[in-house]
Amino acid sequence: MNSAKLNQDTSALPAAAVSVPVQFRRESFWRFMKKNHGLYVMLIPVLLYFLVFRYIPLMGSVIAFKDYNIYKGFIDSEWFGFRWFEIMFSNPQYIVIIKNTLLISLYQIVFAFPAPILLACLLNELRHMAFKRSVQTVLYLPHFLSWTLVYGLAFMMLSTQSGLVNEVFKGMGQDAVPFLSSSDYFRSVIVGAGVWKEMGWSAIIFLAALSGINPSLYEAAKIDGAGRWKQFLNVTLPGLLPAIVILLLLKIGNIMDVGFESIYIFLSPTTLAVGEVLDTYAYRAGIIGGQYSFTTAIGLFKSVIGFILLVSANRISRAVSGESLY
Amino acid sequence: MRIKQSTGEKVFDFFNIAFLILLSFIALVPILHVVAGSLSSPNAIIHGEVFLWPVGFTFEHFGLVINTGPFWKALWTTIQVVAIATTLNMVLTVFGSYPLSKMNLRGRKSILLFIIFTMIFHAPLIPVYMVVKELHLLNTIWALIVPGAVAAFNMILCITFFRGLPEELFEAAKVDGMNDYRIVMQIAVPLSKPILFTLLLFYSVGHWNSYMAPLLYITDRDLQTLQMYIYFLMQGALSDTTAAAAVESSLSMVPKALEMATIVLATTPIVILYPFFQKHFVKGATLGSVKG
Repeated sequence: MNSAKLNQDTSALPAAAVSVPVQFRRESFWRFMKKNHGLYVMLIPVLLYFLVFRYIPLMGSVIAFKDYNIYKGFIDSEWFGFRWFEIMFSNPQYIVIIKNTLLISLYQIVFAFPAPILLACLLNELRHMAFKRSVQTVLYLPHFLSWTLVYGLAFMMLSTQSGLVNEVFKGMGQDAVPFLSSSDYFRSVIVGAGVWKEMGWSAIIFLAALSGINPSLYEAAKIDGAGRWKQFLNVTLPGLLPAIVILLLLKIGNIMDVGFESIYIFLSPTTLAVGEVLDTYAYRAGIIGGQYSFTTAIGLFKSVIGFILLVSANRISRAVSGESLY
Repeated sequence: MRIKQSTGEKVFDFFNIAFLILLSFIALVPILHVVAGSLSSPNAIIHGEVFLWPVGFTFEHFGLVINTGPFWKALWTTIQVVAIATTLNMVLTVFGSYPLSKMNLRGRKSILLFIIFTMIFHAPLIPVYMVVKELHLLNTIWALIVPGAVAAFNMILCITFFRGLPEELFEAAKVDGMNDYRIVMQIAVPLSKPILFTLLLFYSVGHWNSYMAPLLYITDRDLQTLQMYIYFLMQGALSDTTAAAAVESSLSMVPKALEMATIVLATTPIVILYPFFQKHFVKGATLGSVKG
């Protein structure tokens, strides 16, 4: 694409001037390397990092097709074919884990994804700037707390013994609700905590999109007699659409990634049945339990699905709405 | 000039403001409650009298947490990790991004693809763990530093920014005989202070808050980070010294007060620093929307 553009540019120039950029382009790779070796040397540490911590593990993922044994080592362990994947899909225990992952992800898309969009729209309607800024400051804050702290805060609010919410319930003469220990509430608590932590922060990108809308569009709508609701429907919403599409694509690509840190800390033996997701299982069975091959198979399955989803969602979106990630 | 509002708009404005106040309240209540609890007397906590204001004001709990060795040790480990890791992050990000911001760099596209692919296709957890293990990094602070030495996404942000700098400056410096390293340090970096500062904040908050990396790579209790410390505290697995301190004190009945005080202490740095840096954080959050 670049060279095509270059050609276009040069075609407009007189013939004498053309030869210079053409010669520049034909400079040999090695001469360029020699002249700019400093730039390549600079890249070495970064490339080395990606090689060692991203690509070697990717190659190491072949143990998903092996029966990895620490004593036999990487190469001598026996080939296992697709048997780990067969086990994953035939054993109800693992089906449940996949189901949990997808359900929590679905909850996130339905509840956590629209929340910041709605928030950005509401903030956008505020006219009192100082008030808007204070609300933003307050709502961005939880993003900077770690998940351990969020869990700590959730515990202080929701525990049955003396959690604030349950104290209020008791004060109203109702029974305490086991938010943190009952499997009935686990998904709601996880998604709710995620909304609490990230809603304000995620709204930033939509606010930026909103501020990028040309004010003359609003002027034109007003002249046409559109009220604020009509302006919202016909100007604000279409202006937000590209950002919404892009972020939804990213979320779909990460449908198997529900957030290890957020879920692991909320997990307890009583909520394992609904809360165990692929990531937490990979940690517990892999790192703690030592089932390297099987959990690598799980991780690989996750990565492949994520990759396919992202690429195909991007294709579909580009075809339908013209929005794409790359 | 203000256009007259219809009744419907006034009602909407009223509910909008009320709703946003409610949201802000929900965002703040847990934090205020924990602060209040950490400053309340053990008795008041047991009886659930504490709401958003301390009851029976006391600093006892803070004194107790501050007097525990493991807390300080965890804090010190965390500070070391954040300082070293963030420095490494910045050096690698800047020097990795500069060459890739040169549009005429041979092989630029392939190298970018090499990096971006890692964002789309993640390596599974276990093989990464095995690499860290093979490098003998387990149970050293380097396990918390090296595996996260660069974030591809932050590099893309940095590349995009460098690309916007005037190329003539770099060419002039080259003509003057400056080598590439000096060009980066004396021209590119000073011109990119705002974005570099934002990246610095993102990296350091990320390291400060991470508990997954220490959970994976650190099993030695002497090396636990602050987030691990809170994790074990909240899981009820207090380290021995803290537990002993709690038993000896009059507070033995309320580990909750201790937990609250620890949470408050761990949150304080972020809550204090956040308002000053909010502007930079927000700028960083919107940078991602610019396509590279």
